[in-house]
Amino acid sequence: MSTYATRKATNWIMLGLCGLCAITATVALIAILSYTIAKGAPAINLQFLTSLPQPVGETGGGISNAILGTLLLVGLACVIGIPVGLLAGIYLSEFGGHRFGSVVRFTADVLFGVPSIVIGMFVYALVVIRMGSFSALSGGIALAFIMMPIIARTAEESLRLVPTTIREAGLALGIPLWRTILSIVLPGALTGVVTGIMLGMARVAGETAPLLFTAFGNRLGFQGLDNPVAALPLQIYRYAISPYSDWQSQAWGAALVLIALVLITSVVVRILTRKRR
Amino acid sequence: MIKSSPLPTGVTVPVRDEERKVSNGGVQEGLVSIGLNAWYGRLLAIRNINIHFEPKHVTAIIGPSGCGKSTLIRCFNRLHETVPGARVSGQVLLDGKDIYSPGTDPVQLRRRIGMVFQRPNPFPTMSIFDNVATGIKLNGGMKGSRLAEIVERSLRHAALWDEVKDKLRNTGTDLSGGQQQRLCIARALAVEPEVLLMDEPCSALDPIATMKIEDLIRSLRETYMIVIVTHNMQQAARVSDFTGFMLAAEDRAGELIEFGPTPQMFTNPKDKRTEDYITGRFG
Ligand SMILES: Nc1ncnc2c1ncn2[C@@H]1O[C@H](COP(=O)(O)OP(=O)(O)OP(=O)(O)O)[C@@H](O)[C@H]1O
Ligand SMILES: [Mg+2]
Repeated sequence: MSTYATRKATNWIMLGLCGLCAITATVALIAILSYTIAKGAPAINLQFLTSLPQPVGETGGGISNAILGTLLLVGLACVIGIPVGLLAGIYLSEFGGHRFGSVVRFTADVLFGVPSIVIGMFVYALVVIRMGSFSALSGGIALAFIMMPIIARTAEESLRLVPTTIREAGLALGIPLWRTILSIVLPGALTGVVTGIMLGMARVAGETAPLLFTAFGNRLGFQGLDNPVAALPLQIYRYAISPYSDWQSQAWGAALVLIALVLITSVVVRILTRKRR
Repeated sequence: MIKSSPLPTGVTVPVRDEERKVSNGGVQEGLVSIGLNAWYGRLLAIRNINIHFEPKHVTAIIGPSGCGKSTLIRCFNRLHETVPGARVSGQVLLDGKDIYSPGTDPVQLRRRIGMVFQRPNPFPTMSIFDNVATGIKLNGGMKGSRLAEIVERSLRHAALWDEVKDKLRNTGTDLSGGQQQRLCIARALAVEPEVLLMDEPCSALDPIATMKIEDLIRSLRETYMIVIVTHNMQQAARVSDFTGFMLAAEDRAGELIEFGPTPQMFTNPKDKRTEDYITGRFG
């Protein structure tokens, strides 16, 4: 039999443990951020953001190719991944009650769990070999595959939160089902859907592995969708493992830029979608 | 009051007005159900309902909770079948045409048969104005001042205009429960249906708003066909021309026990169970 005192003590210990874990998580985030800022900020200046990399051995140069490349790759991934993911999510929540629905849901969950490097290899076999070269397009496709299940499942979950009675109200007014879904149900789930899209974008913006065999990287600027293209994570990876201290500090700068890009996009999107309500 | 009808199946359908039967070239006007059954999965929720709603009349449906009143009226705008696993059998005729025939488009049908739900369900992301205007807008409707006129008229009809005229841009879900219900009534009126199905429209309203809605029902009676589900006997007695009493059988399937002109149902019911329910001697 536990006494009041021991129960109280247990309570305090457990509470303390939870607090400690919460602090650890926060401290980790703050440490990562401040370390990246401390190491990366000195590397950042206008030239760093706007010029191409210099040949090996020469100092200076920038990462404009990688910034543009990442924007392009994430943009391509969005163009392919958002419509497919969103429509799949709508299908799952509105019509996915049958066996086929559970198959699709299961497949999406498995795809979500597939290591991203495997997706890179798959797209390499599917697109790169056929096209005969590494390309921006194949990189975008690889990232889209990673994005799709995230968007589909979060869209499904947030659409499900919209009560059935709202759908019925639309249908009872003689509004066709597709219109009811697009104009009444979807706006009700917009916050959740946008969160899913942001999660997907943030996730793929930092992906390195699938780009190794697809976008490959490029020290020049944009050369067309059918040519290799640079990306921030790729550049970070190559610079960080290089022996040159100048490149290493540029890697920190690029990391800071990548974090900033992800943060800025999600803040801007949040503000835009909030105004719509 | 139940006589044999001129309908092909030979099922008996309640018919009251002698002249109405033949007023439309032999086609029975109004909304008629013949041998209507509805299921939720395995559960038979209503059994063999034969009922007749007439144009320009108000029909009240009364009965204890869970006897299938909502299910019944949801069969009349084909909303029942949108529930997963739900099924309907039997016939429902609107002006002589079977609304469950393969040629009927449920979307078109629902524009003719409006509905107010038991629980208020305004569109959460829309303003008060848009809640009322949406039915027209999304049906390819109109814009501008004509639309604003219809919104105002619908809100006035629903006895809500004075309370919301200064905040038409606020979201509908900011209103009180009773105001939300009146918003839903306005929303249904805006698309000008021929039939209005109302599922306990006044259960969340105070006596004044209830009175206004009852006035509205009486004025709509001039043009519309109205079916109102209610738990309030006085309300049924006040607003309706006909009353149907439903009761769940042993197996939980709802049945139409008695149907007739409201005064007769309340003063001289034929069935003992109707009398027990109306006089409050029933669970
Ligand atoms: N979506 C559903 N799925 C399964 N069963 C349902 C569903 N909706 C209603 N039922 C069942 O159908 C029967 C009739 O329900 P219905 O809602 O028509 O009753 P009601 O007469 O409108 O009751 P109330 O006066 O409480 O609104 C009940 O036994 C109920 O449990
Ligand atoms: Mg009900």
